[in-house]
Amino acid sequence: MAYFWSLAALIPLNNYGHYIHWGVIDISLANFIVIVLMIIAFIAALFLPFPGRSRRKESR
Amino acid sequence: MSTKPFRPDVDAPEYKGKYVPYDIIKEGTIAIIVVGLLVVLLATLFGSPDERAITVKAWSNADPIDFATTALGELNGSTVTAKYGAPYNTAAPGQNLGPLRLAQFAGVTIPVNTVRDFVINPLSSLPYDKPLSAALTEWKSASASQQKSWVSNYTAGASKMTWSNGQINVPATNAGPVPELINKLTSMARSGALDQALVTGGGFYTTNYTKPLLFVADGTYLANLAQKQHLLGSQWGMMNETGSYPGQAWLWLYTFWYQVPPFNSSSNADVQVSALMGLLSILLLLLPFIPGLRSIPRKVKVYRLIWREHYSA
Amino acid sequence: MSTAEIERQWTTRLRKRATGHLPPEKLLPDTQPAYVSSWIYVFGVTTLAALMLVILSGIILAIRGPQWWHSSSIGHFVNSTHLWSVEIFFFAMIVHLWGKFFMAAWRGGRSLTWVTGVVTFLASVGTAFTGYVSQTNFDSQWISTQAKDGINATGAGSIFNVLNLGQMLMWHIVLLPLAAVLLTTIHVLMVRVKGVVPPFEEQNGATK
Repeated sequence: MAYFWSLAALIPLNNYGHYIHWGVIDISLANFIVIVLMIIAFIAALFLPFPGRSRRKESR
Repeated sequence: MSTKPFRPDVDAPEYKGKYVPYDIIKEGTIAIIVVGLLVVLLATLFGSPDERAITVKAWSNADPIDFATTALGELNGSTVTAKYGAPYNTAAPGQNLGPLRLAQFAGVTIPVNTVRDFVINPLSSLPYDKPLSAALTEWKSASASQQKSWVSNYTAGASKMTWSNGQINVPATNAGPVPELINKLTSMARSGALDQALVTGGGFYTTNYTKPLLFVADGTYLANLAQKQHLLGSQWGMMNETGSYPGQAWLWLYTFWYQVPPFNSSSNADVQVSALMGLLSILLLLLPFIPGLRSIPRKVKVYRLIWREHYSA
Repeated sequence: MSTAEIERQWTTRLRKRATGHLPPEKLLPDTQPAYVSSWIYVFGVTTLAALMLVILSGIILAIRGPQWWHSSSIGHFVNSTHLWSVEIFFFAMIVHLWGKFFMAAWRGGRSLTWVTGVVTFLASVGTAFTGYVSQTNFDSQWISTQAKDGINATGAGSIFNVLNLGQMLMWHIVLLPLAAVLLTTIHVLMVRVKGVVPPFEEQNGATK
């Protein structure tokens, strides 16, 4: 119970980070993941079928 | 009626197609619930970073020689702050953007005199101590050229500075009160009293940490810790966060310019990068009005994916 | 009092203008054009939802003051929700911006909607930055002492002192959130006034 109320993070990220070097690019793994997820989210939003498409056609 | 020709990147066609039911309140509620759950999940899993702030006390105890060298730098005018220029002092003209010296033009609005504010005033706030009091009196009653001569004599031996028995030792002659000032300031720092003296210079209440932050940043202790956390400017540090947390990733472009020519070797990089980012921000802001740029979406045809249902109807 | 006199009142005229531009059925619509059918459209409302959570978590942090979160595990957890809602806020806002760019969403008299969106983005970057320097920890010490050089070089440092915690905290919790929320409100109302941008017209397209 004490542990529960401590609200401590389950996977704290306080250790020194990992970095990706690529020529002039030097980016932390965390930022890299965030940016890649943004690009994936954008592309997925373009390609994934939006639900309710057929239902909408029937509705009118 | 206007008979202006239809401009596809400026005008929109009139939509005469069908409308479908749309529950904006339900959509908003779902969004808040989904994002709220995601936030709680991420906060529970990863938490957030909170590296404790460093203090002058911690710095001077961890590395008394670095502290004393920095304190000497504040006296002999060799630290970043002492040489800064506007808005802190007039020691340098500051960066220029072509003929424009913007910082100098804005003036010295946050005056910082490193000798007075970082060394003499804090020491003067200490309880009475005979040798210190004598040293301060000697310093304050000396001419500027005499002070300069003492400091430069002490500086000449500073590369051989040692720390032993709770004392800073520098082989220097004719340094006047400088050895006593540096030693007492180091003791003061190690006791924690300097942290307080630097912030309470303005009175009882304070919300302003300009002076202690400038002093701490003049040493190498803060920068060494930052380097371990991969936070230096040359490490794209502006985007980074302590530990393995994501940082201000949205500053990637601002950070990027500092890494490439001509900015990475320019002594005016700060003002140049700021100007460039200002210009790029204005371009983004005015994109709808810029011929060529505003045609990109129509030409790359990503919109065909977004509205594929519409075009296939 | 004549009807003409009432018609001439500032209040009457403001109400008529407001309801003329934004009648209730436009402010809270129950239908939308059929072309609004893509996942890309969810990033706008996601940004708004994240903004609300940023503000909510910020309000909870404000109740106990700027240093509470260093010593309380509940405070630290609230700080974590503040951080992650900000990360999601920027994430969604940037994808939203990409989406609106590729739709050329400024068409049809919507250029000011685009402009207010970009200004909101810039104000948000400033709000986040002032938050980073108001953390009262190592991060804020380092970020503020580094960022001062960029800001001082432009002359802005003469009034905007990133090393002044009180000033930065005021900007972070009063001035910039006020600006960001006001800009966001204007942005959203403009979208409601003008509606969602229609697709490009194609030779054999469905739009006539």
